[in-house]
Amino acid sequence: MIKAINELGSNVLASIEQIGRTFNLLVIIAWKLTQPPYQIYPIIKQMYFIGARSLTVIIISGVTIGMVLGLQFYNTLERFGSVGVLGSAVALSIIRELGPVMTALMVVGRAGSAICAELGIMRISEQVDALECMAIAPDKYLVAPKLVAGILSVPLLNFVFNVVAIGGGYYVGVVLFGMAEGSYINGMIDSVVWSDVRLGLMKSLIFGMLITLICCAKGFYLHLSEHGSKGAEGVSRVTTDAVVISSIAVLFCDFLIGAVMS
Amino acid sequence: MNKINIELVTGVFVIIGIACFTWLAVAVAGATFTEQPGYTLSARFTSTSGLREGAIIEGAGVRIGTVTGIAFDPESFEAIVELRINENVPVQEDAIAAIRTQGIIGEKYIKIIPGGFDELLTDGMELFETESSISLEELVSRYIFSSD
Repeated sequence: MIKAINELGSNVLASIEQIGRTFNLLVIIAWKLTQPPYQIYPIIKQMYFIGARSLTVIIISGVTIGMVLGLQFYNTLERFGSVGVLGSAVALSIIRELGPVMTALMVVGRAGSAICAELGIMRISEQVDALECMAIAPDKYLVAPKLVAGILSVPLLNFVFNVVAIGGGYYVGVVLFGMAEGSYINGMIDSVVWSDVRLGLMKSLIFGMLITLICCAKGFYLHLSEHGSKGAEGVSRVTTDAVVISSIAVLFCDFLIGAVMS
Repeated sequence: MNKINIELVTGVFVIIGIACFTWLAVAVAGATFTEQPGYTLSARFTSTSGLREGAIIEGAGVRIGTVTGIAFDPESFEAIVELRINENVPVQEDAIAAIRTQGIIGEKYIKIIPGGFDELLTDGMELFETESSISLEELVSRYIFSSD
């Protein structure tokens, strides 16, 4: 009994410590980014990895989700004889909700896990300690470019996803089911306002920061993680944790931002 | 070689992302970074229920402007709506601004019904003739509970 309570307490303390470490890392990096030397090329390299290499998966999932939404909304709306609102239904649900969330989840799966594993392996093979020996701040040299690239790439990917998904909905509604082209496009233009796009932009900026931060912190602080996980097993464990925690954080923050901002 | 490649691909990615954002913001959401030519009128409504910022203003079924602001006036307990009317669209002094619904369950918009006066409203003036949004429930309850 006492043992169980003891374990609960140590788990709670460990997770609070971890949250603190994660946001501490954010503050440290934000401070160090204002100090010279300013590196541009590492950021471009990370943007290539997080952003450009994710384009294929984002485009494929965007088209698929747009087509699925178009299909389902069309079948439901047809019963009420109001297929005219298909364009606005697809566009609003993509721009406000699905775009930012799906993009963030895709980036977590494709790039977040890789970032976490990379940093974790650098930590266990003592490359991070080697950097410290050479008086190179490892958080600024390793983590900062990834964080900046994540904050910049995720919104860009989100907008690509939005446009492609709207195109997928257009294909199903107009080309397959033969609804009027003008009612899809103009219905969408009439109902989407700037505040919807702004909400999507805010969401994807926050998600971009959140997922790269969590994945970086998980890998970077591998040696401090509970249960003393080391070696290959430790890397696999923190990578799994990073993906699970950042996915849940994205879904939870989606609700929070939606509740606060609209 | 490899270095040039990465920069090129990243550049293309950034351009595609910004192009998608611009298309969404400008063409779909209709955001304008410079104010469109036109003039702003205000109108008081007893109820603007369901109307939101960015709603369409129609005249004869054609889009002639947008709602740019909805505020609450605590003194008169009325809503003050800012109407941005496109340039070259005349609105007479006795024109009526009515809140209507597209279809039965569609979005609310403002319909401008032209008046007969010669004097036209200019920037910052107020439309006095307004019709508030019609609530279907209120109409039904008035019909059910009316004694005569």
